[in-house]
Amino acid sequence: MAEVTMKVNGKTVTKSVKGNTLMVEFLREELRLTGTHVGCDTSQCGACTIHVNGKQVKACTMFAGEADGAEVSTIEGQAAPDGTLNAIQQAFQDHHGLQCGFCTPGMVMAAASLLKDNPKPTEAEVRHHLEGNICRCTGYHNIVKAIMAASGQDVSGIAAE
Amino acid sequence: MYSFDFERPTTVADAVAALSKEEAQALGGGQTLIPTLKQRLASPSVLVSLSAIEEIKGVCNDGGVLNIGGGTCHADVAAAAASDFPALAKLAGNIGDPAVRSRGTIGGSLANNDPSACYPSAALGTGATIVTNTREIAADDYFQGMFTTALEEGEIITAVKMPIPEKAAYIKFEQPASRFSLVGVFVTKGADGVRVAVTGASEDGVFRWTEAEVALNGNFDASALDGLSVSGDGMISDLHGSGDYRAHLVAVLTKRAVTEANG
Repeated sequence: MAEVTMKVNGKTVTKSVKGNTLMVEFLREELRLTGTHVGCDTSQCGACTIHVNGKQVKACTMFAGEADGAEVSTIEGQAAPDGTLNAIQQAFQDHHGLQCGFCTPGMVMAAASLLKDNPKPTEAEVRHHLEGNICRCTGYHNIVKAIMAASGQDVSGIAAE
Repeated sequence: MYSFDFERPTTVADAVAALSKEEAQALGGGQTLIPTLKQRLASPSVLVSLSAIEEIKGVCNDGGVLNIGGGTCHADVAAAAASDFPALAKLAGNIGDPAVRSRGTIGGSLANNDPSACYPSAALGTGATIVTNTREIAADDYFQGMFTTALEEGEIITAVKMPIPEKAAYIKFEQPASRFSLVGVFVTKGADGVRVAVTGASEDGVFRWTEAEVALNGNFDASALDGLSVSGDGMISDLHGSGDYRAHLVAVLTKRAVTEANG
């Protein structure tokens, strides 16, 4: 067991963990932040996407010990404290960017990472950025549309509702 | 996963000391090793993470040679190489997906030497030098077959020095599920001539297509490759493509790479 300290959604936490504790296990089981989902557990689906020091990572493919001293953001930190959705979350709701919702936390975190570096992405850039996030319900069109809308771009010509 | 102790040294010297323990294993970005550990295909007693060693991160251009820290992630290579070496930036920016590019490192990729990884083709295609904690190894001597390299036990890749070629391009035919290269070809034209490095194809891992190099040294144009082909013998054959198909792709992609390098 070793002690790890990190700041998760602005709050400093210290826990003692085993060496092989994955970041996603740490978030879900130690901190009870269950919004970060485990889809495939093989680094392919992206449902566990979080930000570590501002970089998008898959929490199933990183050890908690590697985040010692880091700033971590999860889906739980995206809405305002009063529950008001952020622009990306609201756009997913407005444009039907989810159905079952399992992939959505990862999609929202991936989108946030994209828009931070590229505030006005093209549709092709959005699709390229989502290559590591798999959705089995929507067919992606409305996810892409929601992210384009969240970036403040006109989406009337993109895909169908 | 089997259990192991986890160490996260902050200097190369401490990492080397940690790796001298029995059954110790270095962890780069973990994008291959962590899935391997989950499948119980590896059982180290100590996992030594290299992710906190700042001295092996970062990219700088030393007079025409791109010096890339072994612990530099793909996303940072893509950003840093964008203006000085766009072919390398394109390669790094298309490995896996954005999350993989945030964690995976060039040193980890080269140490693993997956036969379908992208970076080995850039290292061999530029005639790079692999710098470790103990020595410098020429790329031509470094790659020794599938998942096999010149690295000794406990040796750490601290940097990769890539001479920036006059012309270069990397073309990858992507395996769409994994985004590894079904075949990838890195072509360069530099002071010492043309180099053509092929990944994804051979059962021996990355290799130089010397016949194409000779032809392109005479005329650096895709037409110089007309009539040249590689044999399907010894090529990887799996459900994604036969050996003959991969061999065919080598010739097609090499032509495309030369055309792209000529801009």
